[in-house]
Amino acid sequence: MTPDISGNVEGSFQLIGGNFTNAGEASTQLKMKLFEFGVDDAIIRRAAIATFEAEMNVIIYAAAGQLHYYITPENIKIRVEDMGPGIEDIEQAMQEGYSTAPEWVREMGWGAGMGLPNMKRNSDEFMIESVVGEGTTVHMTINLNE
Amino acid sequence: MKLSELAEKLSLKIASHTEGMNGNITGAYSSDLLSDVMANSKVGNVWITLQTHINIVAVASLKGLAGIIIVGNRQPQPETIEKAEAEKVTILTTSHTAYETAGQIYQILST
Repeated sequence: MTPDISGNVEGSFQLIGGNFTNAGEASTQLKMKLFEFGVDDAIIRRAAIATFEAEMNVIIYAAAGQLHYYITPENIKIRVEDMGPGIEDIEQAMQEGYSTAPEWVREMGWGAGMGLPNMKRNSDEFMIESVVGEGTTVHMTINLNE
Repeated sequence: MKLSELAEKLSLKIASHTEGMNGNITGAYSSDLLSDVMANSKVGNVWITLQTHINIVAVASLKGLAGIIIVGNRQPQPETIEKAEAEKVTILTTSHTAYETAGQIYQILST
């Protein structure tokens, strides 16, 4: 099915570090938008998971951040920027099972070292840049047409 | 199988979104790591966990799970129930352990 997207649609969310209560709001809204456009369920779920993991990373690790999505008839682009501590070794952070999350976050079932790999796995394009002491930016693209 | 039939067989108690009991289940997934559930559960699965905090609702909702079974007599937090009602996520509870619950569901679904 071809998604019915006339023009481009975008949205932004402010993310606050430590605010677990509102986690998932950006992903839920994006999911609803994509559903309205008639995007394939499997693609919606990939976008929702990638976005939710990105939200969680800001909430767990950063003081604050911003999530921005941009939907065109071809793809969804998601950009997540945070004012973070930054990631020292991106290659290590991308490894499944590696995490620097504190104990109380792990007790909630987060911090299993699967967030970044999940984002990458659910994206068609994935890019991450980080500067220690400044922050991290993640760019994800999910294609709407196979 | 309908979630309501499974709930009856396992004597599960409903904590949120009763309407979801009519939904069909495609299987089950047992894990307390939220990213693992997002990566490896399947649409329509019922999720067995001991986590009770609010984020389990978003995971179940975004992943399209049939419901959540919280094990070991744990109760979902009030804000978890509130969010689950809003997001239409069915939460059930049991006094059994994850092992017992998964074992029972496995048996029920494979016969």
